[in-house]
Amino acid sequence: MSETTTAPPPVEEEAPERVPWWQRFVTGSSTWIGLILVGLIVVFSGLEYDSFVSTSNIRNIFTDAAVLLVLAVGMTFVIITAGIDLSVGGVLVFSGVVSIKFMNAIGGNDWGTILLGLAAALGSGLAWGVVNGFLVAKARIPALIVTLGTLGMSLGFALLITGGVDEREVPIKLIDTIGTGRLFDQIPYLVIISLVVATVFGIVLAATRFGRNTYAIGSNPEAARRAGIPVDRHLIKVYGLTGLLAGLAGFMSLARFSTTTIGGHDADNLQAIAAVVIGGTSLFGGIGSVLGSVVGVFIPAVLQNGFVIVGVQPFWQQVAVGAVLIGAVYLDQLRRRSQRQR
Amino acid sequence: MTEPILEARDIVKSFGRVRALRRASFSVLPAEVVALVGDNGAGKSTLIKCLAGVEQPDAGEIFFEGKPVAIRTPTEARALGIETVYQDLALASDLDPAANLFLGREVLRGGVLGKLGFLDNGEMHRQAEDAFTSLGVGLQDSKAPVANMSGGQRQGVAVSRAVTWASKVVFMDEPTAALGVVQTRHVLELIARVRDRGISVVLISHNLPEVFQVADRIEVLRLGERVAQLKRGEVSMEDVVGAMTGAITRGEAA
Repeated sequence: MSETTTAPPPVEEEAPERVPWWQRFVTGSSTWIGLILVGLIVVFSGLEYDSFVSTSNIRNIFTDAAVLLVLAVGMTFVIITAGIDLSVGGVLVFSGVVSIKFMNAIGGNDWGTILLGLAAALGSGLAWGVVNGFLVAKARIPALIVTLGTLGMSLGFALLITGGVDEREVPIKLIDTIGTGRLFDQIPYLVIISLVVATVFGIVLAATRFGRNTYAIGSNPEAARRAGIPVDRHLIKVYGLTGLLAGLAGFMSLARFSTTTIGGHDADNLQAIAAVVIGGTSLFGGIGSVLGSVVGVFIPAVLQNGFVIVGVQPFWQQVAVGAVLIGAVYLDQLRRRSQRQR
Repeated sequence: MTEPILEARDIVKSFGRVRALRRASFSVLPAEVVALVGDNGAGKSTLIKCLAGVEQPDAGEIFFEGKPVAIRTPTEARALGIETVYQDLALASDLDPAANLFLGREVLRGGVLGKLGFLDNGEMHRQAEDAFTSLGVGLQDSKAPVANMSGGQRQGVAVSRAVTWASKVVFMDEPTAALGVVQTRHVLELIARVRDRGISVVLISHNLPEVFQVADRIEVLRLGERVAQLKRGEVSMEDVVGAMTGAITRGEAA
């Protein structure tokens, strides 16, 4: 995908062996998916302009997508290394539980408590991520199995810690600020956090050595190893990053819902994976972008919201997202097939 | 006789019960093209992997510029100025040629951005274009992923990478195996050009006409041992085949 480099689009001229620009455009699934998102917005705006394009509705869409977006950013890195992380939902819940227990133990309702709670959430997430990365990179257990295992373990520990009952004593200050507060009374802090995370890690992926190594490992781990890239260490970092962001997502969820929502994250992993794949990131690794994942997060969000507004049964959203997901992977396959013929 | 720049003595390497190398020796002189030939299973690739730091020999010694060395990782080999073009090319196919050329050695921006790990893609593209041009590797589109390129172009990228970074020795494992006639000729010319830069090339090949075309010397491996060291011009292809198959048990004194 060309958006992964800062290079301008190549000028197309006489070149017998080259893929023509329209073919690259057509087989580039991010292009398609961006157009689909724009199309959806146009359709819903046309049908119900006043309710769909209102400030409060746009705010709702972004707020609903914020936690998933943070998960999807981490998932993008893992999938580009040709890995997968099924544990994000469990790690999210675990981090939220640890964070709330920590804040309650400290007591108080000030920023100090909240920051320590954030640190606890990030630390828990990072720890699970590093465990995932270590088992994938060093023990060479397939990522699917490792993260399926840690999904169960992290959720199980969360249930053990809480006795299966949601914790609700979130500091009021956290709820009022990060949870429901808005910058200039307009932009929710949750949205700002998610967009900052997406921007920062989008740049890290596209423009830094960390990002380049991520693509290289997903593209050909043996080549990366022979080129002197510390593949194992990098994989541990990537899974650690995904865990860290799941911890952040857990803290955001805690702030937003003012409860640990233990039972509410069973499908987070699949939603995040779907968003990343819809956004043009290849499950086979080596290809993808954070921008694509952002689009991939917003397609289900816009569909859900739009269906409700125009009065279509919102259950259709699941059907539509499923179809888009299959279409996105089909495009990826087409692209790979056209390369293999050479 | 000139002192070898790289020399392996009595290398032993087993994989389980298979003895791939049984006291294999090999030497590379400065600024020469030396062909390492042998039948399938003679141990050519294993020997090269031991010298490139990919595999560790079970026994034996490696000398670099006359001094004994241990080459434990590919990174250590590269630090000595030894680069390898692997048979499977080892390119990251989703990255563009410049990114592949600088794989693991990326150029960073200056200042704070560089400290943060930001890549200088412009500089890498410029240097890569220079490298491809000077080695005569024709790429129409240097910003497309190498997966979109022909076998010859990919080989060109892999060879350019090795040559760009090698200061002493380049190993090439069957560099023409997947190529057409014209592309093969390009790669052979490339090999000669590399030698003319003062870098030794070790050419692993099955293709004896090719070997006779570019190699200054030929070393023959059979059943994990060196059975002959030959000079081009002093031997015929039949002699080499004889050494490879065991019809002639010893060539010129080893």
